[in-house]
Amino acid sequence: MPTNDITLTVNGERHDLSLDTRTSLLDALRERLDLTGAKKGCDHGQCGACTVLLDGRRVNSCLVLAVAHDGAEITTIEGLAEPDGELHPLQTAFVEHDAFQCGYCTPGQICSAVGMLAEAAAGWPSVVTEDLVADATDPAALSDGEIRERMSGNLCRCGAYAHIVPAIADVAGRR
Amino acid sequence: MSAVGSLAIGTPTDRVEGREKVTGAARYAFEQLPGDHAYAWLVQSEIASGEILSLDASPALAQEGVVAVAWAGNAPRVAEVDDRELSVLQSRTISYRGQIVAVVVAESLETAREAAAHVRIDYEVRDHEVVLDEHDPAIYDPGTVNAGYPSESVQGDVARALARADAAVDVTYRTPAFHNNAMEPHATVALWDGDDLTLYDSNQGASTVRDTLAQVFELEPEQVRVISPHVGGGFGSKGTPRPHVVVAALAARMTGRPVKLAITRQQMFAFTGYRTPTIQRLRLGASGDGQLTAIVHEALQQSSRLREFTEQTAVATRMMYAAPNRRTAHRLARLDVPTPSWMRAPGEAPGMYALESALDELAVELAIDPVELRIRNEPPLDPERGIPFSSRGLVACLRLGAERFGWAERDPTPGVRREGDWLVGTGVAASTYPAYRSPATATARAEGDGSFVVRIAASDIGTGGRTTLTLIAADALDQPAARVTVEIGDSALPRAGLAGGSMGTASWGTAVTLACRALVERIEALGGHVPADGLEAHADSSDEVRATDQGYSRHAYGAQFAEVRVDAVTGEARVSRLLGIFAAGRIINPTTARSQFLGGMTMGLSMALLEESVMDREFGDYLNHDLAGYHVASHADVGELEADWIEELDDHLNPMGSKGIGEIGIVGTAAAIGNAVFHATGRRVRELPLRLDRLLAT
Ligand code: FES
Ligand code: FES
Repeated sequence: MPTNDITLTVNGERHDLSLDTRTSLLDALRERLDLTGAKKGCDHGQCGACTVLLDGRRVNSCLVLAVAHDGAEITTIEGLAEPDGELHPLQTAFVEHDAFQCGYCTPGQICSAVGMLAEAAAGWPSVVTEDLVADATDPAALSDGEIRERMSGNLCRCGAYAHIVPAIADVAGRR
Repeated sequence: MSAVGSLAIGTPTDRVEGREKVTGAARYAFEQLPGDHAYAWLVQSEIASGEILSLDASPALAQEGVVAVAWAGNAPRVAEVDDRELSVLQSRTISYRGQIVAVVVAESLETAREAAAHVRIDYEVRDHEVVLDEHDPAIYDPGTVNAGYPSESVQGDVARALARADAAVDVTYRTPAFHNNAMEPHATVALWDGDDLTLYDSNQGASTVRDTLAQVFELEPEQVRVISPHVGGGFGSKGTPRPHVVVAALAARMTGRPVKLAITRQQMFAFTGYRTPTIQRLRLGASGDGQLTAIVHEALQQSSRLREFTEQTAVATRMMYAAPNRRTAHRLARLDVPTPSWMRAPGEAPGMYALESALDELAVELAIDPVELRIRNEPPLDPERGIPFSSRGLVACLRLGAERFGWAERDPTPGVRREGDWLVGTGVAASTYPAYRSPATATARAEGDGSFVVRIAASDIGTGGRTTLTLIAADALDQPAARVTVEIGDSALPRAGLAGGSMGTASWGTAVTLACRALVERIEALGGHVPADGLEAHADSSDEVRATDQGYSRHAYGAQFAEVRVDAVTGEARVSRLLGIFAAGRIINPTTARSQFLGGMTMGLSMALLEESVMDREFGDYLNHDLAGYHVASHADVGELEADWIEELDDHLNPMGSKGIGEIGIVGTAAAIGNAVFHATGRRVRELPLRLDRLLAT
């Protein structure tokens, strides 16, 4: 079985790995590095449970072949809190809003929200953005509709959406 | 037993495992690396009916890293249990497409998956029948339905009452198959140590999995340990062990290695259960002033060749409304399909969809407001059993909901409110779910340092059970919740029943309260002194549960109000507003309770507009077997959503005074939305989901 040697920097820590070329980034994290925060909900890019930040951008890690990203920097849910244990503001907001039940979609929702807010700050519009200049440059200006649209790649079967949206809006600085 | 004091119960409390869940520290079943483990991948049948003539594992075994291939021809024999789905890899007979026929074990996940595609199977193919059809001559009366109810009930003379009714409806509603689709696919890690089996498993009750697996492998229950601290949702599909659990244990036994087995999202559409499709005929008759004179509810559903599984679809109709003449009946067709199983509010969800939609049609016939029609038919006693309700908050929910929603301003005329291309309408429906309780055991322990530990093999599948039990224990111990730790999710803990039937908290909470009270007595007997090595008390709630007064009819109720928008051009339906008001006894943790109600309503919205499993008549497969083909509500589908409840004191339930809340949120939602769609468009669609083609075609 063909393998490749690659290096991944995950949550600031460097890992030299010899990987089966068929290994997804998600399986490399979960089965090789024992970083099980990123979840497998579908393995097909259809649920968002596996969302991590790859070189700063949110991706479905089940759709990423690990060997194609030699040298990449990855942030997973385990890397969001401060080293002293202080939670990322989105993590705190999710707890305070009870924005989850079973918690299985939660790491993906939170990583996705981190990436989504960065996209909004960078001025990326979404399909529901009406005024591309005025509405798409400030995360604090994101309406509920914008947040829902931009987060729709992250399914929550427990149906915590009604609490996830205000949790994200809080952190975006809207309220 | 009197109600416990109320310090912690009723206080909004964050989930005790919240930090673990938002940091990724919470470990779910598959997230174990025992070392020396191998990975299993399941092979599924590619025919719906027939026999395996031969299986050639050699191309799979030839792959580098493959450890073993097991199938009916070489797998160890296991004992038969009630659920024939668990006799897996024991027979060459195929009962449905997607049934597990083999398992490949390999050094890596990638190898196992690839090798599974190299297993060659020859079949003798038989004809199959996979589509539920009301004209199927083999339809039969199963006699009893789930939860032990008789399949039929008759009171009075419905034919006469219908013939004499001032207004009547005779309508047939159809619901498709629905799949639970918990976010965490079922998974098991199996390890043998001699004849002792340990399973890290995703389930709704570790004691149940332990007992069942012990039977299958002919072991004492103590030889099996099931560990399940965190479970990524279940919604019924993890209520009892599914066949893959047995396969994981078999594969581990055959290979002498710990085996990790996660099923795929696609496989969840074949062997982890689903909600049966239904065809339901409703006949309602009423006098001109809106008094129901007759209710007839007949439900047809399907099960597999392996197992008779009949939902109690029409059972809620026996209790909902006053009518002197009533008949309910269930019929079953056995097909070459996967075995249906429990899915959130099994029976009530599709049954109340049909009843509450038909009632809306009757309200239109009678020109009576649908809230008012329900209030006029409020029964003083359980109409079938003739006994009082322990409490019944339906009317209060309807009234409070109508006020909050602004129902009074509603013009009943359908199809007349238009905002641009959007037709706007509102609808209402009632919700209900029974309040059950089952026996459980628990221990409560006081430590010398002033802390307390409560142990029970309960499970938290996202319900907030761990947090709720902490509050219950705190009050029973008369201690601050911060001093109490609750340990759950392990069959080595005192035996308890499932997180299912909305009875987890009521059942576990009773045992926890008994154990805590016994501990308090022990501490008091020692003059309030806890020895340095601690003090413990054990309780078994069997006697208390057995002594439950059968003279009361116990149910939770609710009322749901929906506002929908239907695009007049495309037929797209969206729910712009959804309000649910519930009466479910004492609400133990308002924080997690609100999430449960909202979660149920969200799933109800999803059921109304999006979800359906489409059967392929030709191949006997659920065609849309992934999350791209089977749509569950996403962020963008869910608009303004609100859940609240009325205060309800009920001394006839359990020490907490609580009714279950896990399922009622999904009951009635689809009817409220369908009724709102009628109000918006003037079109009555009698089949779920309310797809745009149906909205344009009618
Ligand atoms: S597991 Fe990657 S999107 Fe579902
Ligand atoms: S919290 Fe369970 S799937 Fe989102």
